[in-house]
Amino acid sequence: MEYQVIKAEGESRSFPDGSEFMSNASESSEIVVLIGSNAGDALGALSDQESKRAILVELGTECLALHTGESRGREGSNILGFARFRLGNDAPSDLVELVCQPNSSEEAIDSAIQLFKEAGLEVSVCRDFAGRIIDRLVRPYYNEALRRLDEGLATADDLDLTLKLGLGYPEGPIELLERSGLADHHDVTKPLFEVYGERAYAPARRAIVAKQRTQK
Amino acid sequence: MDDIKTVAVAGAGTMGSGISIVAARAGFETYLFDTSEDTIARARKQIEGFFAKSVAKGKLTEEQVSEILSRMHGTSKMEDLASCDLVIEAVFEDLNVKHDLLGRLNDVCPEHTIFASNTSTLSISEIAGGSGRSDRVVGMHFCLPAQLMKLVEMSPGLNTAEETFKKAWAFCESLKQKPVRTQDTPGFILNYFLVPFNNDVIRLIESGVAEPADVDRAIKKGLGYPMGPCELLDLIGLDTQVRLCEAFYEVTKDPRAACPPLLKRMVAANRLGRKTGQGFYNYEQNAMFGG
Repeated sequence: MEYQVIKAEGESRSFPDGSEFMSNASESSEIVVLIGSNAGDALGALSDQESKRAILVELGTECLALHTGESRGREGSNILGFARFRLGNDAPSDLVELVCQPNSSEEAIDSAIQLFKEAGLEVSVCRDFAGRIIDRLVRPYYNEALRRLDEGLATADDLDLTLKLGLGYPEGPIELLERSGLADHHDVTKPLFEVYGERAYAPARRAIVAKQRTQK
Repeated sequence: MDDIKTVAVAGAGTMGSGISIVAARAGFETYLFDTSEDTIARARKQIEGFFAKSVAKGKLTEEQVSEILSRMHGTSKMEDLASCDLVIEAVFEDLNVKHDLLGRLNDVCPEHTIFASNTSTLSISEIAGGSGRSDRVVGMHFCLPAQLMKLVEMSPGLNTAEETFKKAWAFCESLKQKPVRTQDTPGFILNYFLVPFNNDVIRLIESGVAEPADVDRAIKKGLGYPMGPCELLDLIGLDTQVRLCEAFYEVTKDPRAACPPLLKRMVAANRLGRKTGQGFYNYEQNAMFGG
């Protein structure tokens, strides 16, 4: 499947420079993929948008609607959002969260799924909510693990070991956050707290401290 | 483990049967107690079936299985537990039921006998309060299926003597299990994290963010979990999740532990998961249940 990639300003967390996905792109196509940390800002400069089969905008923690606008719950077009799930500085995972709006074009959705599958990735479709699927589910779990570590529920090693042995998780929450970065966890969960206002998303003390240390 | 030679497991359900396999396999004389003879007979049949598979897979010989089974004694008579050094209760998750059992065991068992509770939700201190020997009660939560999973969450109650905890810990290690020490707080470690997480998944589906298959794919592929949360919920049973929510919310009042409305509706519709053939997935037609 042919696709065009437009690289906006800022590093792409989904497709870092030199990735095969970029080198396989065509000069122009009915499917346009905007990548980079400011991919949404490049949308305005894209001409002839209505003629495209799909326009895929790489998202950070923001909602797609920041770039498309919203209208009484009837929003949706050939413009979709996407992000490969990635923890901190880990390599991007093979999972793409494809963000749709209530009236997103079915043709655009099908094209996006096919495009990413042909690139060797798997796709989960979700609606345009902060945190999409994975961050929305795991950030409360990570926050709670950090809080319970503070409260002495168990040692960090025992917390990790229990969740690995008991549930088959590849990594315990504490070792995962230490590896991928507590400050990064802070940066992901804080916007979720602002949107949802639920304590579960409030950055845990250890994440706040780690963030503050990066600013010293 | 020098001090503990004979053990009993009270409650011959899935959990109790699994724990009795672990104990007998590790060389302990093991009583499997239940008030129902039918339940004991059914458990014995399931245990024999498990060991038959072990032989078929080459993990054990027929001689070894025969020896293990000779150490397992099913009984409905509580007096038969009078020789036990440790009793692990795995009865229904109801404080009154556990108090009644431990109170009667306290009359039958010798002073040195340790009572361990396999509870996953109730407080060890509260359970111990009805035992008549709260210094000799300890939490010993095995994971399902106990005969395969190595992890055991071990929790002392407020009155548990350190000597009791050490003996129980050493016993657990002699079972070739992997104990971890946790505080006596609701859900210990595993369920403390799992129950609200699963509720978050159900609420996310209910609010139309994603379909169950998309959630499962994201979690498995994005995080490397072996099962998706909807697959896991269907496996453990949605009615079980409701009971866990009720037990947790009662104690913690944590909004994430409250039973999501979609979960209640699915249970009311008998969509309990694999056990009824339909939950988040349909196991006959392989179709999905959407939010």
